[in-house]
Amino acid sequence: MTGRFRWSILAAPLALIACSNTSEAPKSASADAPAEKPAKLNKDPYPSTYKPYPGVATAIRNVTIFDGEGGRIDNGVVFFAGDKIQSVGGPDTPIPADVAVFDGNGKFVTPGIIDIHSHLGDYPTPSVDAHDDGNEATSPTTPEVWAEHSVWPQDPGFSRALANGGITTLQILPGSANLMGGRSVVLKNVYARTVQGMKFPGAPYGLKMACGENPKRVYGARGRMPSTRMGNLAVNRQTWIKAQEYRKKRDSGKDYTRDIGMETLAGVLDGDITIQNHCYRADEMAIVLDMAKEFGYKVSTFHHAVESYKIADLLRENGVCSAVWADWWGFKMEAYDAIPENAGILQNAGACVIIHSDDENQIQRLNQEAAKALSDARRMGFQISDADAIRWLTYNPAKAMGIDKMTGSLKPGKMADLVLWNGNPLSVYSRPEKVWVDGALLFDAADAKRRPVSDFELGQPGEGDVK
Amino acid sequence: MRHLLFAAAALAALASPASAETIAITGGKLVIGDGSAPIEGGTVVIRDGNVVAAGAGVAIPANARTIDASGKWVTPGVFAGFSRLGLSEVDAVNGTNDKSGGKSGFSAAIDVAPAIDPFRSPIAVNRSAGVTRAVVAPEAAGNIFAGQGAVMDLGSDSDAVTKARVFQFVELGENGAAAAGGSRSSSHLLFRAMLREAQDYATGRNAFDDELLRAEDAKALQAVLRGEQRLLVRVEAANDILRVLELKRDYPAIKMVLVGVSEGWRVADRIAAAGVPVIASALNDLPATFELLGATQSNIGRMKDAGVKVSIGMIDDRDSHQLRYTTQYAGNLVSLQKVPRATGLSWDEAFAAISSGPAEAIGMGDRIGSLKAGRVGDVVVWDGDPLELSSAPVAVFVDGVEQPLGNRQNRLRDRYRTPQEGSLPKAYEH
Repeated sequence: MTGRFRWSILAAPLALIACSNTSEAPKSASADAPAEKPAKLNKDPYPSTYKPYPGVATAIRNVTIFDGEGGRIDNGVVFFAGDKIQSVGGPDTPIPADVAVFDGNGKFVTPGIIDIHSHLGDYPTPSVDAHDDGNEATSPTTPEVWAEHSVWPQDPGFSRALANGGITTLQILPGSANLMGGRSVVLKNVYARTVQGMKFPGAPYGLKMACGENPKRVYGARGRMPSTRMGNLAVNRQTWIKAQEYRKKRDSGKDYTRDIGMETLAGVLDGDITIQNHCYRADEMAIVLDMAKEFGYKVSTFHHAVESYKIADLLRENGVCSAVWADWWGFKMEAYDAIPENAGILQNAGACVIIHSDDENQIQRLNQEAAKALSDARRMGFQISDADAIRWLTYNPAKAMGIDKMTGSLKPGKMADLVLWNGNPLSVYSRPEKVWVDGALLFDAADAKRRPVSDFELGQPGEGDVK
Repeated sequence: MRHLLFAAAALAALASPASAETIAITGGKLVIGDGSAPIEGGTVVIRDGNVVAAGAGVAIPANARTIDASGKWVTPGVFAGFSRLGLSEVDAVNGTNDKSGGKSGFSAAIDVAPAIDPFRSPIAVNRSAGVTRAVVAPEAAGNIFAGQGAVMDLGSDSDAVTKARVFQFVELGENGAAAAGGSRSSSHLLFRAMLREAQDYATGRNAFDDELLRAEDAKALQAVLRGEQRLLVRVEAANDILRVLELKRDYPAIKMVLVGVSEGWRVADRIAAAGVPVIASALNDLPATFELLGATQSNIGRMKDAGVKVSIGMIDDRDSHQLRYTTQYAGNLVSLQKVPRATGLSWDEAFAAISSGPAEAIGMGDRIGSLKAGRVGDVVVWDGDPLELSSAPVAVFVDGVEQPLGNRQNRLRDRYRTPQEGSLPKAYEH
């Protein structure tokens, strides 16, 4: 319900001054650096402290497996131990002695579900004004802000996403009020006292960008640039030019003043930071693709890409993913041409499809959203397997976020992030029965204690309820 | 092109209101919609726009057009228990959004009926998903009383309003407190004061204080006070629910229906004892506000078990465009039956909660929401279990008239089935 209003902002006085520069170099890096050269940049000053929780070596046998990469194994075996997937295969797959064994008769296993577009933590519930931490809507370009510095680790939404949606990994993005909204953060869906304790180790950062109505409305209403779509592009291009100059300066070996916004943009130009671009209309996506070529960066994914179906060929050729809802439409002008067959047409054209939520409710049933999109695709005659639809929620988002070597599919050596469903996850009647993150059982529908309860909910009505 | 498309659709609808015929739909898995179990191989007969008979072994009239629904499901059309359907084309485009009239200075007098536009594209989109009728409520703005809501049908003709001024809608939770000046004290005071003024208005114009409410608003509240028009009260928190039930004691003539009610399970026995029906959000389970601290998807199931007459509505939840979510929401409540400690609904109960349930809550159960003799001929034939995500309607009847299932989204789909342009631009594919 609140997803589409994420860009709405309070009419607050613009007292803040964006982009305060600091030339202070990180201590650890500067200690080893030669005196005449600038300090080596610490690219990870807020490092992940997440460690897998203890798990027991576990095998699930006699279960239907969707491996996340489009494969399906009936009557299969999944075995994981030491926080990694060990083996996945048919009924003859060996199961070592002395491991916990679950019979999965009538049940299904998928990789942990991944939501590439979430605001859990930076627009947490309760959705009170004091929690509006997703849009630094004081300047149209704020690449200097990092979503992780807004994330409230006690958002009750994380627990619902785990228990009802089987979400094990999610990307938290800044909102879309700004053309360049700031850095995203990728989290393991594991409660921690600090956001560092949730951060997905080794996940690249993303830069949230936004096309279209939101930036031009927010700033146009204040009588400043951008107030039009052409203004959007102009501000973006001017900013990329500055980023190119900054990068040149940075690489020149001479002294330079650090600028954390420019560091992010230079990181994009370096190829270290992925572009996660909110963009509804097909024509605007095509312009963004040219802008990316103009400045030498790559767009990983268009988010809310409701018109991707119109340019599915172009998106395939450019290797860009579309993160889409199954069927949202009509809530604003740029969502007017959204159709439920968007994902199906993209898949049929060979383009990359991701189903995303942007919503604290639908993140709890991304599997159902994929099922609807699959059904609509099949109704227009496209042959798409159940296993392919599961890929929209697992491997594809992992790849678009640059973490596909670590999670997103059930392959030996990958993180043991997986969901045991009590039926086909593409049915409305199925729910997660157990969810493991890095091999640790963090949700068990049968065990009232094996479900997280955030600080906020402690001592409140419904504490620990099934939700 | 878009204008042409709309113009063509509008002309077709105005020019040829298909006359109701006698239809027998046979052989399907027949759902009556009253909570009873589906009937294998059942028949439903529609004549002159109404259901004549439905069940097993129903005689097929000689002149009936027979539709073979073997292997399919046959149900009453989905009745959206709470919506703003027909009031908006594009929510964020003000000129197309008629949900609220609060800036007019009027409140209870506001009547959604003239704003319900059957040619808006959400009508056709939701019709093709099996929604045939909807409760349509105004949105409150600047006052606790939002105005009078209607029941509409989703037929492809030019007359959408089944019945205007079916109910009055009032906000008495957080929204109501904000509209009344910042507290629940003021919203309850305003509620009582406005009703007293309305009574004064009825007893004599001289005593009427028109600073509190306008004459039109006072007139509109008469039907509420006399119990001729239901009062739909939006509340979410357990305490707000209890306080509203107390209000009901002070106004015994008022026929109240609670709307929202996300914490209803906490006071379910009290709601049941008061005999007040509930139209609830199905899947709220987050503390989106402090009035939803106890929200859980088990809410409806627990209220049902406590004896509350509860059904499903989409309350401030994609309420003008996505009533097609109604079946999915009902299916989710069925899924809870397999979840330890959760309380869901049986399939039969779940379907009743999106058909006869809301119809009875608003006092129209004798006309809509189920396939019984004398009810409107709103029937949907589905290619599978209507609550399942893979199913869709193959035929939809509204008032006994078979409906077109196309919509603007289908046209876009068909144009871009192959995204590349051919020998002419896409604009020539129509």
